[in-house]
Amino acid sequence: MIANLGLAALWMAAALAALQLLAGGLSLRGGNPALAGLVRPVAAVQGLLALLSFAALVYLFWQTDLSVKLVAMNSHSAKPLLYKIAGAWGNHEGSMLLWVTIMGLAGGFLALVERRLPEPTMLATLAAQAFVSLGFYAFLLLSSNPFERLTPAAPEGQGLNPLLQDPGLAFHPPTLYIGYVGLSIAFSFAVGALLTRQVGPAFAKAMRPWVLGAWVFLTIGITAGSYWAYYELGWGGWWFWDPVENASLMPWLAATALLHSASVLAARNALRAWTVMLGVVAFSMSMVGTFLVRSGILTSVHAFAVDPERGSFILGLLVINIGAALLLFALRAGSVTEGERFALASREGALVFNNVMLTATLGIVLIGTLYPLVAEAMGLKVSVGPPYFNPMGAVFVVPMLVVLAVGPLLRWRSDKLGRTGRMLAVPGLLALGVGAWFAGSGFVGVLPVLGLALAAGLAVASLLPLAGRKLKTIKLPLWGMVVAHFGVAVALFGMAADSAFTTERLVAVRAGQTVEVGPWKVFLRDVVPIAGPNWTALQADMDARYKDGPARDIHPQARSFWAPPQGTSESALVTRWNGQLYAVLGEQAEDGRWQLRLWWKPFVPMIWYGGLLIALGGVLALIGRVMSDLRRILARDKIADRRERQGR
Amino acid sequence: MNRFLAALLLALALVPAGAQDKLPPAPYAYRQLDDPAKEARAKALMETLRCLQCQGQSIADSDAPIAGDMRNQVRLRVDAGEDPEAIRQWLVERYGDYVSYAPRVTATTWPLFAAPLLLLAFAFMVLRRRLMRGGGAE
Amino acid sequence: MSQPAPPRRWTLWLPLAVFAGFVILFLVGLLRPAEREVRSALIGKPLPEFTLPQAIPERPALATADFKGGKPRLLNVFASWCVPCAVEAPQLAALQRAGVEIHGVAVRDKREDLERFLARNGNPFARIGADDVSKVQFALGSSGYPESFIIDARGVIRYQHIGEIRPDQVEMILARLKEAEQ
Repeated sequence: MIANLGLAALWMAAALAALQLLAGGLSLRGGNPALAGLVRPVAAVQGLLALLSFAALVYLFWQTDLSVKLVAMNSHSAKPLLYKIAGAWGNHEGSMLLWVTIMGLAGGFLALVERRLPEPTMLATLAAQAFVSLGFYAFLLLSSNPFERLTPAAPEGQGLNPLLQDPGLAFHPPTLYIGYVGLSIAFSFAVGALLTRQVGPAFAKAMRPWVLGAWVFLTIGITAGSYWAYYELGWGGWWFWDPVENASLMPWLAATALLHSASVLAARNALRAWTVMLGVVAFSMSMVGTFLVRSGILTSVHAFAVDPERGSFILGLLVINIGAALLLFALRAGSVTEGERFALASREGALVFNNVMLTATLGIVLIGTLYPLVAEAMGLKVSVGPPYFNPMGAVFVVPMLVVLAVGPLLRWRSDKLGRTGRMLAVPGLLALGVGAWFAGSGFVGVLPVLGLALAAGLAVASLLPLAGRKLKTIKLPLWGMVVAHFGVAVALFGMAADSAFTTERLVAVRAGQTVEVGPWKVFLRDVVPIAGPNWTALQADMDARYKDGPARDIHPQARSFWAPPQGTSESALVTRWNGQLYAVLGEQAEDGRWQLRLWWKPFVPMIWYGGLLIALGGVLALIGRVMSDLRRILARDKIADRRERQGR
Repeated sequence: MNRFLAALLLALALVPAGAQDKLPPAPYAYRQLDDPAKEARAKALMETLRCLQCQGQSIADSDAPIAGDMRNQVRLRVDAGEDPEAIRQWLVERYGDYVSYAPRVTATTWPLFAAPLLLLAFAFMVLRRRLMRGGGAE
Repeated sequence: MSQPAPPRRWTLWLPLAVFAGFVILFLVGLLRPAEREVRSALIGKPLPEFTLPQAIPERPALATADFKGGKPRLLNVFASWCVPCAVEAPQLAALQRAGVEIHGVAVRDKREDLERFLARNGNPFARIGADDVSKVQFALGSSGYPESFIIDARGVIRYQHIGEIRPDQVEMILARLKEAEQ
């Protein structure tokens, strides 16, 4: 019953998307106004229907309705409630339904609130959004129906991989999806603006909050994913340049560039074609990422719901959506001039420079990720990993970070670099000093030294835009920028410190022995067997002491699950302000000694604190923008009101 | 069923078949070299060698027995004074470029290295087009 | 204000062209059957120098020199804890009956386990070397179990078979051994 309702809602949503596309498209060609009036309400109802369908699926999972194939295959009546509900999107079909739901809701919300763009552009935008949605509805209904029935109903579900029963993993994928799908709005704006040739500040201002929102979710998603890999994989690594990781990084890089170029367009009416292009690129990176993850054409540690048939469908959608948008770009962008001009030494100049560097970094990640495919097409197998990505990425990221320190201090249009010289002397000298100190100490590699020096300089420089202002009068978007840029410095510091200062100890010890790792003394009291709900484990009881401080109890485990049979190692972490102790229990040797892996990682949590700061900066800017938009709308309504009354 | 298979693969990738073989890990699979300088060299190499039985992990990040044996091999050879790049070369001769995460410049991989140059050229072009215009001087 | 220079037309088509390139690449990636195996790069090259200790008392130890002279031989990388290796045993026995000299490289194995394995599945090996830390496996460029290499009389690796030899592949292996005689 509920399954039928969900499926019916999904079909109706798809039909409304078709109607939205048709009405939008026809009214653009000068059709009748009644059609145009239809577009906005239809978009809103379409979103609600998608939500209804998704709610039905969540309900089915909550109730563990085993007459639904998807539930029977991915859930189990004895699972904790949280994982029952999270199970709804912890699989291919459910996650695609979540995808169209977010897309529909975002489109509906956009239709209801966005009034500042010229109506034709808005209609074109909503039609484009409907076009993209329609493809995904077709994907769901034709090849990935989440409501498919099972007759007779299964006696019991097959359960969910215990590894995926982790609170972090329950919410990590939807966070990324919101980011991916949020970029579809930017894409639709870009297509809409191309269709009506209305690319200007209003377009950028309308698009900006959506890009900001999507970017915040992407930032959080990537940060959380990296932390998950760090504590779950058990070797202390936090970024592996794995295809699936890169698939989430690429839309982020594109969205970061888009965010900044939209600022230039909004403030100065420059970079028009470039911003439109980035809008298309950002969403295409989302789709390419989804394609890479689902099609399984690249091998990855994080293999998820791999199926070549789904891959072909997503590739089809990619070709239709992005191909059409790029074709439109080629035909129309020639008539979109680049707009206002500016000098090299100006805010725009710095932003353009960083945009180009971000895009080039994106290019490196894309090429490095896909090159193994190219090689395989030529009959060879190659691997591309950190030794490629780190230095090649640095070629573009390092100059970008230098300019990032200077850019926010420059004036719009035209400025003299000398003016900022005195302000930048402090961070500049600091960076040089830090760099010289560590380069002199000799044991640290080139990239970590560069990272430490840049992080030090950038941390100070990122605060400079606040100098000489009254803190109370500073607007939220400026706070947002400062916080986000400071977050970049913090994260960079964490990354560089991790690769420069980490101490590793691999030892075999008996109970009663003490191991030193960096400033820590770790005492192994005992190793005992314990039992969890669906696993057993060997657990090490250890005392960890920082210098001569108090002992902290830590308990790394080696777990074995029995259905399906597999082992995981649960690392134990002790976080201090200046770093993290990371302990893993390995196997027992024949002589009875226990294998331990211990790391002292100075300042490593800064990587994720930095990531969260970057996201917080985005949130502040978003609140600031939305609030000023609201104020403007209210003021406009008031004026309209007054005029109306006076007119009478 | 596919979903289940994928999950199983994921599990195998994380802890590949640890229970299967019965010999204890090789001497230097989970033990560092006594000389920190040599250990650092070995570690740097291990981080850039691909585990042959895992899904995209380096031998420095894997509990697979074959990765442990390869760590043992790398550490012993570095300890014997062999140059890490010579060890990489030795492995590439046997497994092809797949085993190394550091691609070499060859007839088939040159585009990887041409790409940054191309991107730099592209960046320069774009910047010049955007910035020289109206650069105040004209 | 001067007129801004019109952007060159062809550059506007560039993104579409690049995108088309990626799509072709993805298509090739989807259509090509996924090959997950890592092949040895030593085919056509001499068997690397090695000497391995005896794995069980009943069979002598194994070294590179044991592959020189006479007829082509089969080198089988296996282990008692590897299930496909047990599946492969009847085919190895058939090859042995056909007169093929098979040498075993037992990877990371205990003597007792190995003896039990051979007692249950038969022992087609003329010699077995114990490769406790996968040293010879690495030297061969082998990455799984079981794998079989055909080594000709001059000690050159002629063929690598990844995975178990299936019943319908015995003829093929014999043909390849024959081919290696030249």
